[in-house]
Amino acid sequence: MNPDTAITVTNLKKTFRLPHEQYSGAKQIFVNLFNQNRGFEAQRVLDDVSFEIKKGEFFGIIGRNGSGKSTLLKILAGIYALDEGSVHVNGSLTPFIELGVGFNPELTGRENIYMNGALLGFSRKEMERMYDSIVSFAEIEKFMDQKLKNYSSGMQVRLAFSIAIQAKSDILLLDEVLAVGDALFQQKCYDYFEEIKRSGRTVVFISHDMGAIQTFCDRAILIEKGKKVAEGKPVEVIQEYNEILSASDTFRQELEDTSLLHIGVGGAEVLRAEVINSSGKVVKKVSEGEPFTVRIHYRTSKAITGSVLGIGIMGDRGQSILGPNTKEVSFDAGTLPERGFFEAKFSTNPLSPGTYTLRAGILNTSVTIPYDLVENLAKFTVVGNRRYGDIYIEPAWSNHPTEAKKQ
Amino acid sequence: MNVANIFSRRNRILLRELVITDFKLRYQGSILGYLWSLLKPLLLFFILYMVFVRFLRFGADVEHFAVYLLLGLVLWGFFTEATVQGMHAIVGRGDMIRKINFPKYIIVISSTISALINLVINLLVVFVFILINGVDIKPTILLLPFNILELYVLALAVAFFLSAVMVKYRDIGYVWEVILQGAFYATPIIYPLSMVLEYSPVAAKIMLLNPVAQIIQDSRYNTITRQTITTDSLIANPWAVAIPYIAILVLAAIAGIYFRKNSKYFAENI
Repeated sequence: MNPDTAITVTNLKKTFRLPHEQYSGAKQIFVNLFNQNRGFEAQRVLDDVSFEIKKGEFFGIIGRNGSGKSTLLKILAGIYALDEGSVHVNGSLTPFIELGVGFNPELTGRENIYMNGALLGFSRKEMERMYDSIVSFAEIEKFMDQKLKNYSSGMQVRLAFSIAIQAKSDILLLDEVLAVGDALFQQKCYDYFEEIKRSGRTVVFISHDMGAIQTFCDRAILIEKGKKVAEGKPVEVIQEYNEILSASDTFRQELEDTSLLHIGVGGAEVLRAEVINSSGKVVKKVSEGEPFTVRIHYRTSKAITGSVLGIGIMGDRGQSILGPNTKEVSFDAGTLPERGFFEAKFSTNPLSPGTYTLRAGILNTSVTIPYDLVENLAKFTVVGNRRYGDIYIEPAWSNHPTEAKKQ
Repeated sequence: MNVANIFSRRNRILLRELVITDFKLRYQGSILGYLWSLLKPLLLFFILYMVFVRFLRFGADVEHFAVYLLLGLVLWGFFTEATVQGMHAIVGRGDMIRKINFPKYIIVISSTISALINLVINLLVVFVFILINGVDIKPTILLLPFNILELYVLALAVAFFLSAVMVKYRDIGYVWEVILQGAFYATPIIYPLSMVLEYSPVAAKIMLLNPVAQIIQDSRYNTITRQTITTDSLIANPWAVAIPYIAILVLAAIAGIYFRKNSKYFAENI
């Protein structure tokens, strides 16, 4: 094996035999006695996947839920056995499929540190040396002699994470560790990522957070239905991923249309939303920086004069990114017609690449009572190369020397 | 299963932590805590002693029958505890197995080790009773550790086999409990073997081919009384005497192979 390579995966195949019904008992024995094939369904989870990860690379694996990426990570971690093909790992490897593996709610924080540390290969003595830094990083000094079950979930995650970052292996496998914790904790995670990236260790990273993938990864692959469908720069792979997502979203959208959740006192009803690109076409995908328009169709059952129209654009984690309404600019919509649409036109697209959802509302003039407000009205995707920040606003840059003050 | 790996640094650390955790968790939330590992066999002993020795007059022909009974109960208790805990070990740690890769046999070993620690504590109590009863201490008491080693190997082999079966078929838990229940009476623990011998010498001989019976009787012979009927005193044929040992070796080999073959797939099957 090439000494510069950390992990080589060649023609990897994995099939799960899934029981149709879960009998973990004698009945299953009988069923199987009479018919060897009945009761099981073979499901190919990974189909001929090959790739290579170089030493020091921050390597992303992305894919939809159920695409097989977690299975892939578990095979890399040695948790699952592979059926065909091969996996070569060059160096010591620590997987973080989940934080706090082996944590027991009945043990104290201190005792859990030792257990969790042992799974990472640290002896009691070594853990004692790291103890202070673990505890202070987790910010739970006062609680160390309390049982873990009395910890808040945030405290548990902080403790687990503080232990995890002690791992000194050459290769780290990270699965969605960032899915938990508040913004402050996520920042800590990102700082840690920056640090391991600088330290030149190899990281295999699975996440649905395309922002994180784009920020940290040097290279990424996209897994779809057990096959590797893209490999390369994160930007390009994410673009492929977004295309797969939006293709399947149109289907989901049709299903969801009938069950939109309306909040409001009635009188007006938001019907649907469309995203229109700079050439006037209704699209699911717009480019960053490109002008686009959000069009909201509505109908009214009574004459509404004096209303505030608003839209919201939410990010893939549900965060509210933009929420303009007509009151802010004192736009007067006049009397709403029985059927109509309003438009919010953006002269540039400040959104970074990713998937977004739209919401829209028609409210009274003081913006306190909605006639109608609808969440998850439509999804759309922004494509492009931008890497940092959820939105982009162009600042005016300048650079100056500081005059040294004379004492 | 590479034997050398059991003693690799990482595995030693893990084994130690698992044993400590098991031990701490065992009596979590009970006031008497660890004392229960002494009280339980003693209370059971007290009940059986009242029923069988005082009331039914068992063992009148065996000297120091009370200590003889206690030692049998303690050894049987260890075998039960080690196999039952070992059997549940893999499934019980399923969550861990699904999240991280480590040698699975460590879990089985750790769960039997906490039973072994209990056995040592219980044997100290037996020793106190030996002194109180004025049992004449024989040099063969030095052979007791070998009897215990044999019992441990047997319990470990059973635990390996059952824990792997348990992953696929949870029924084994109930089956094993019934088997243990039956085996308790098929093994000369609460009654002296002489009772069986009077009734049927052949039955007594067959009973002594059971490794657990052989171990318990040998332990009693070595520590308490020469009046104990052991496998090699009752069965003349040296080949037949070897049967319990061969049974343990065969079982250990089968268990090892079965466990090793299945342990790769524990994470998916649990």
